[in-house]
Amino acid sequence: MGELAVEKHVKFILTIEKEKDSFESVVMEHIRLNGAYWALTTLDILGKLNTVDQDEVISWMMQCQHESGGFGGNIGHDPHLLYTLSAIQVLALFDKIDALDIDKVSNYIAGLQNNDGSFSGDMWGEIDTRFSCVAILSLALLKRLDKINVEKAVNYIVSCKNLDGGFGCTPGAESHAGQIFCCVAALAVTGSLHHVDKDLLGWWLCERQVKSGGLNGRPEKLPDVCYSWWVLSSLIMIDRVHWIDKEKLIKFILDCQDKENGGISDRPEDAVDVFHTYFGVAGLSLLEYPGLKAIDPAYALPVDVVNRIFFGR
Amino acid sequence: MDVLQKSSERIPLSQRPEYADVKPVPQNDGPNSIVPISYTDEFRETMDYFRAIYVADERSLRALQLTTEAIKLNPGNYTVWQFRRLVLEALNADMNKELDFVDGIVEGNSKNYQIWHHRRWVAENLGTDASTRELEFTKKILSKDAKHYHAWSHRQWVLQALGGWKDELTYCELLLKDDIFNNSAWNQRYFVVTRSPLLGGLGAMRGSEVTCTVNAIMEHPENESPWRYLRGLYRNDTHALVKDPQVASVCLKILTAKNNYVHALSMLLDLLCHGFQPSLEIRNAVYGLSDSGAQGSDLVKVVCSILELVDPMRANYWKWRRNIVPAQAAQCLKDDGLTGLSL
Repeated sequence: MGELAVEKHVKFILTIEKEKDSFESVVMEHIRLNGAYWALTTLDILGKLNTVDQDEVISWMMQCQHESGGFGGNIGHDPHLLYTLSAIQVLALFDKIDALDIDKVSNYIAGLQNNDGSFSGDMWGEIDTRFSCVAILSLALLKRLDKINVEKAVNYIVSCKNLDGGFGCTPGAESHAGQIFCCVAALAVTGSLHHVDKDLLGWWLCERQVKSGGLNGRPEKLPDVCYSWWVLSSLIMIDRVHWIDKEKLIKFILDCQDKENGGISDRPEDAVDVFHTYFGVAGLSLLEYPGLKAIDPAYALPVDVVNRIFFGR
Repeated sequence: MDVLQKSSERIPLSQRPEYADVKPVPQNDGPNSIVPISYTDEFRETMDYFRAIYVADERSLRALQLTTEAIKLNPGNYTVWQFRRLVLEALNADMNKELDFVDGIVEGNSKNYQIWHHRRWVAENLGTDASTRELEFTKKILSKDAKHYHAWSHRQWVLQALGGWKDELTYCELLLKDDIFNNSAWNQRYFVVTRSPLLGGLGAMRGSEVTCTVNAIMEHPENESPWRYLRGLYRNDTHALVKDPQVASVCLKILTAKNNYVHALSMLLDLLCHGFQPSLEIRNAVYGLSDSGAQGSDLVKVVCSILELVDPMRANYWKWRRNIVPAQAAQCLKDDGLTGLSL
C-alpha cells in the first residue's frame, strides 16, 4: 500500500501559501485559532512541533483572549467556546497551560451552561452538543469540571440519544458521526459511558465503512477523511474499533494525500486543506500507523500531552 | 443602493462620503504568523472599516451597511454577525426584512453555522408568525440538498418553538418518495411520529408506520434506514417486534429472493437473540443462502457465517454476534419464564 508523505505534509503546513485572491484564505481569518490547533497537533503527531516558534504562537494567541476569559477565533473577534478549547489545546501542546488564569477561563466556560444542562457556544445562545463536548473537554483539561453541573450536562447529552444509538446536535436531531464523537467524548471524560449502548452504537458506527474503505458520517452519504477521526475515535472510546476493516481505512486515508504538494483532502483527488490534513493524520495515528505519536481519542491531543496534564511530569 | 452589485462597480469605502469621518483600524496578525492569511484589497478595506465601527460600538445605519458588506465577503465571520444583531436591536429593525437579507446570503453559503444561528435569532424575534415562512425556507434548501443537516435542525426547532406540524408527516412521505434512502427524512419521520401534538404518539401510529416501513424495505432491502426505523418503532418493546408477523414475513421474502439480504439476515439475528422461533420456511431460506449446505445446524451460527462471508468488512462484528447470541437468547428465555410470557 502507499505511504504517508510526512515531509511533504510538514512542508504544506509550515508554508500554507499566500494566495491573495484565495477565498479559502479569506474565510479562515476568523477561525485562525482552530487552524492553529489543527496545524500544530498534526506537527506534533509527526514529531515536528519543534519547527514552530512557540513563543510567537502563544503571544498571538493570548491576544485573542477577552476580558471575559473566553478566546475569539482571532485577534479582535468575540469570544466563543470553540476557540477557547483550541487555545487550551494549543497551550497543552506547548505545556503552557499555566500561562492562563485558569479560574477566569473556567468561569467563562461554566457561565455558558444552561438550566437544562446544555451549553451555549457564546452569549448569543446557540445550543449544540458540540458545545457540551467543548466545554467538558476544556474544563477537564483545566481540572475544573467541578465548576459545572456535570450530572445535568450528562443528562442533556443523553437526551440527544437516538433510536439508532447515535447522537444528534439537539434532542431529536439525526445521528451524525461528528455529533456522536462530541457526545461520546464528553461522556467518556465525565465517566458516563454507561449511558451509551455500545453494541448498538458500535454497529451503527461500523456501518459507516463503505466499499472504498472510507467512512461516511450518516447512512447513504459519501465517505470523508474527517470521519476517520470522528467515527474511529468514537469506536475506540466504546471499545469497538475491531468492528471495522482497519487496513482498508488506512488505504483510503493514504489515497487522499497530495503526494506532490503535501496535505490531505476529504476524498481522493479533491483539494487539500489543513482541516483534513489534521483528521487524516490523527486517524492514521488512531490506526497505529507506524512512526506517528499516539493520540488520545477523547481529548484529540497526543497521549503524552494528556498524560503530562493528568499525571504530572 | 447595492454597492456590491459587481466588484468592478464597488466604490471603495475611502471614497464614500458617508464614511469620511471613520478612521480604519488595520488587523493585527502578529509577526511571522503560523497559518498566515492573505487578503484581497476589498476584504482588507472592508474589515478595517468594520473594525473601526466595532471598536467604537457604533450601532447606526452605516454600521449595518458595513456588516452587510463584510458578511458578503466572508459569511463565516461570527463577530460581524454578532455585531449586526446588536445594531439591528439598537435600530429596532424590521425583522422580516432581515429574513429577506438571510434569504439572499444563504445561496452558496448554506453550510455556515453563523447564518443559521442568525436566522433562528430573527425568527425567534418574530415568533409564531414566522412558522410558515421558516418551513418554506427550509423546504427550499432541502429541495436542493435533502439531507442538509442545518436545514433539518432549523426545521425541527421551528416546529417545536413556532408550531406548524400539520403537514410534516406528509412532507416526510414526499421526500421519501423522491429518495427512499434519505436517512434524514426517516429521522424526521420518527421525530414527527413521536413528538407531533397532532398525532397520537408512537403507540397510536405504530401499526400504520410498520406497514409503510415494510413496503419501503421490500422496495430496497439494501436500504439501511427503514430497517433501523423498524427497530425504532419497537424500541423498549422487543417482544412485540419478535411477535409481529410482518417483520418475520419481510425477512422471509427477502431471504427467499436471495438478493440484498444482509440487513434481512441481521434483523433475523436480532429476532433470534430475542427468542424468535423460526418457521421451517425461514430455516430453509437461510440454508439456501449457505454454500456449505448446513442443514440442521444451529441457525444462528449459519446466519453469522453467511454474514461474515457476504459482509467481510464487518467480519469481526458478525463473529462477535455469533458468540454472543446464544447467551442473549438463553437470557431471553429466562426472562420470559420469569414474566410468564411464552412465544
